Amino acid sequence: MAENPDITHVLVPEHQKISDKEKEELLKKYGLTGQELPKINSKDPAISHLALKVGDIVKIKRKSPTAKVSTFYRVVIDE
Amino acid sequence: MADVKKLLKEYEHKLPPSILLDLEKSLPEKITPARLKKIFERVYQEYITSVAEPGEAVGLVCAESIGEPGTQMTLNTFHFAGVSEMNVTTGLPRLIEILDGRKEISTEMMEIYLNDPFNKGKDIKKIAESLKETKFDEFISEASIDIAQLTMEIKLDSRKLEALNFEPEKLIKILQKSVKACSFKLEGDKLIVKMSEKDENINDLYKFKEKIKLVYVHGIKGIRQVLPVKRGEEYLIVTLGSNLKDVFKLEVVDTTRTRTNNIFETNKVLGIEAARAIIIDELYKVIQAQGLNVDIRHIMLVADTMCMGGKVSGINRYGIVKDKSSVLARASFETPIRHIMDSAMMGDRDKLSSVIENVMLNQVVPVGTGLPGLVTKVK
Repeated sequence: MAENPDITHVLVPEHQKISDKEKEELLKKYGLTGQELPKINSKDPAISHLALKVGDIVKIKRKSPTAKVSTFYRVVIDE
Repeated sequence: MADVKKLLKEYEHKLPPSILLDLEKSLPEKITPARLKKIFERVYQEYITSVAEPGEAVGLVCAESIGEPGTQMTLNTFHFAGVSEMNVTTGLPRLIEILDGRKEISTEMMEIYLNDPFNKGKDIKKIAESLKETKFDEFISEASIDIAQLTMEIKLDSRKLEALNFEPEKLIKILQKSVKACSFKLEGDKLIVKMSEKDENINDLYKFKEKIKLVYVHGIKGIRQVLPVKRGEEYLIVTLGSNLKDVFKLEVVDTTRTRTNNIFETNKVLGIEAARAIIIDELYKVIQAQGLNVDIRHIMLVADTMCMGGKVSGINRYGIVKDKSSVLARASFETPIRHIMDSAMMGDRDKLSSVIENVMLNQVVPVGTGLPGLVTKVK
């Protein structure tokens, strides 16, 4: 589920769909509405395996040169 | 040791993994639990004080931190350009290219990594050569036109055919597919081309000769030059020109590491996160090559900003400035009249929630101590 079978590349970090409960907690924690998050296109190749709808939130575990691993969130938009 | 594990777990969400790793490495062998706890507390305190505070103008600091060394770059650029074997765009022109988010960049390059048996260096030249886009004119060693019979005699380059493992018959098949109105005949190592149209004349034949030279025969479209390079233990192929999608289809290519310096192509094939990584890599490479030192956090911020909208947008009036919600903020950047006129017609509202519009109106800007509002109870 987590790994994209089509794309295994060092530059592409792990993308995960987060549940509705996690989504609510996240938005509450940062005081955001969903549309204020950074965005990701629904046709983005890195999330092709997740079957996402517009408005879903993707959790991305990036490799970071400063923090080793950092978490980032993107909301799915339709282009 | 158990105490360390417990504390590491406790601080898992408070400290970034890199700090925890460093901390674990530098802890002394023998230590009392109380002191251990104290160390973790001190590290946490130190970390909290060094984190950017809410309301800190990180963008401004970032702009200054990249802009200031950038002024020195201008002079250096012309020294460094053209030194390397492939004449690559570096320095300020490349920096501007990346930050502008240009779709067409001046030097497209790929680094093609190969799978295990192929990256040892055996046949590396042959593999590299087979990647290169080859047109028909590279197979020609001599071409002449017979005016009397209105035919063209093409002497094929047997060495080239051999290098690419090509049979003349296969070549004819490819040519026949892309050039319709003529027939090919093979005589020894000569290829006789006869136009099948009836109203042929000598002018057409000359034009045809130029046309047939440009027929695509072999390789990957867009790859103009190949260069096998040894890096560390393994060999890889650096190319001029880029076509990530088609290169990924090849069996010999390691699709987990092969990359291009074209940000838009990366975005298309690997997604927005890979594009962000490429932006960081490319910017950092340019700055490092100039012998300058800019903290990577600034570059990461720029890359994040460019990739906010799910697509790569440049730092200019067509990119990130266009997406600003405030009319005055957009007008303050470039083409002010157009923005103000457009929003006047549309009846836009400005919430004055950001920095520049408040500067224009001589109000407190929401930065640093200007960010929080105070609420008092009126008695």
